[in-house]
Amino acid sequence: MKIQQNYKLTTVSATANNNYLWDKLKKRAMSVQELEKIFQHKVDQEIKIEPKDWMPDAYRKTLVRQISQHAHSEIVGMLPEGNWISRAPSLKRKAILLAKVQDEAGHGLYLYSAVETLGTTRNQTIEDLHSGKAKYSSIFNYPTLTWADIGAIGWLVDGAAILNQVMLCRASYGPYARAMVRICKEESFHQRQGFEILLVLSKGSPEQRAMCQDAINRWWWPSLMMFGPKDGESTHSDQSMTWKIKRKSNDELRQQFVDMIVEQAKILNVTLPDPALKWNAERGHYDFGEIDWVEFWNVVKGNGPCNKQRLEARRKAWTEGAWVRDAAAAHAEKRKARQQDKAA
Amino acid sequence: MNIRITRYYYGDIPEEKGGGAGASADTAADWPLWEVFIRSKQGLDHKHVGSLQAADAKMAIENARDVYTRRSEGISIWVVESKYIHASNPDDAGAFYEPANDKVYRHPTFYDLPDELKHM
Repeated sequence: MKIQQNYKLTTVSATANNNYLWDKLKKRAMSVQELEKIFQHKVDQEIKIEPKDWMPDAYRKTLVRQISQHAHSEIVGMLPEGNWISRAPSLKRKAILLAKVQDEAGHGLYLYSAVETLGTTRNQTIEDLHSGKAKYSSIFNYPTLTWADIGAIGWLVDGAAILNQVMLCRASYGPYARAMVRICKEESFHQRQGFEILLVLSKGSPEQRAMCQDAINRWWWPSLMMFGPKDGESTHSDQSMTWKIKRKSNDELRQQFVDMIVEQAKILNVTLPDPALKWNAERGHYDFGEIDWVEFWNVVKGNGPCNKQRLEARRKAWTEGAWVRDAAAAHAEKRKARQQDKAA
Repeated sequence: MNIRITRYYYGDIPEEKGGGAGASADTAADWPLWEVFIRSKQGLDHKHVGSLQAADAKMAIENARDVYTRRSEGISIWVVESKYIHASNPDDAGAFYEPANDKVYRHPTFYDLPDELKHM
């Protein structure tokens, strides 16, 4: 009886083994075109792509570029806000801003981890930022001149980012989508705190109201630029839509943002600096003026008001933090050695 | 025949790319990578939430606290160096999980029973 059972087991596993080998042979014979077909079929079926699944090289490259750019934006984004931590008007505001900046660091980490799953090391990714090879969102190349800017960043800049990020929660690459879900949960506090800063200012003294309006005037257009070039001129858009990395076009998201903000601006009792801004009943959307694309490309190319300053700050932080990284590594080594001594 | 083959020895991180080599005094090397698991409340399993880099386990747990539990998302943290995670290969999924495919009788819905039968 026992022998019989054993015999059965071996036959079963031998078949499984044959299938396994057959699968391997088939895989080897599969052309890139066939693999790409299977990949696209998965994407079309809304099956998430996970790190170990086969994916086209171009998909991997696009993700590395986009996710690392996104990660760098979170990290560089800490700079304009960090500028105000020590000068925020009250202890409460300081504590809130500190928490927000800490969140941004966390968001950077979630995204850097997602890049790592694609086979690019953290050091490489960070090096690409420092060498200027990798980009980050141009919005952070604008200066934060007054306290109201912190409110405008929360309301407009984070508001624009959230629209993009909510869409990315459904991106086809699993680790990216999961990072985005986590980020979105935390991001809504950012937008609300920004709006509340402006709300308080908008009900304050004439000087405070003017400061509020001035910040909005300066941040409005750069916020619209955050959605990137127009649909016809966006190089990666079509492919990213097919791969379901993106699900809405730049112009769609921009329109959604304008419609949302115009309504919210009424509560703040402020104006948006665009004379062409008008409700279009036929379209069911607000019409708005043309973005200054010369300025847009100038900042992208590194000639914005703070591009040099931001990169220098990042490089300085990295260089000056080297001893901390070294010390931690040395400490870990020492402790490991001590433990081994004890064991011996 | 230019099929790209990336081998994965642990977790989701490709071969020799995740700082799995361990901490060293060389500044060019990343700290090792750790996978983080969090128990959100008593009675639930620890669940994988993400990864981070740290020089040692103590730092990994402290960093995990700062990154993954800022809003009281957890009451217990596990960390394990990513290089110690062994994973199945999705390319072999077909053959690997094949033994389960023809055993529908393992599911309760396989059995056709009279409607009068209650509480089963």
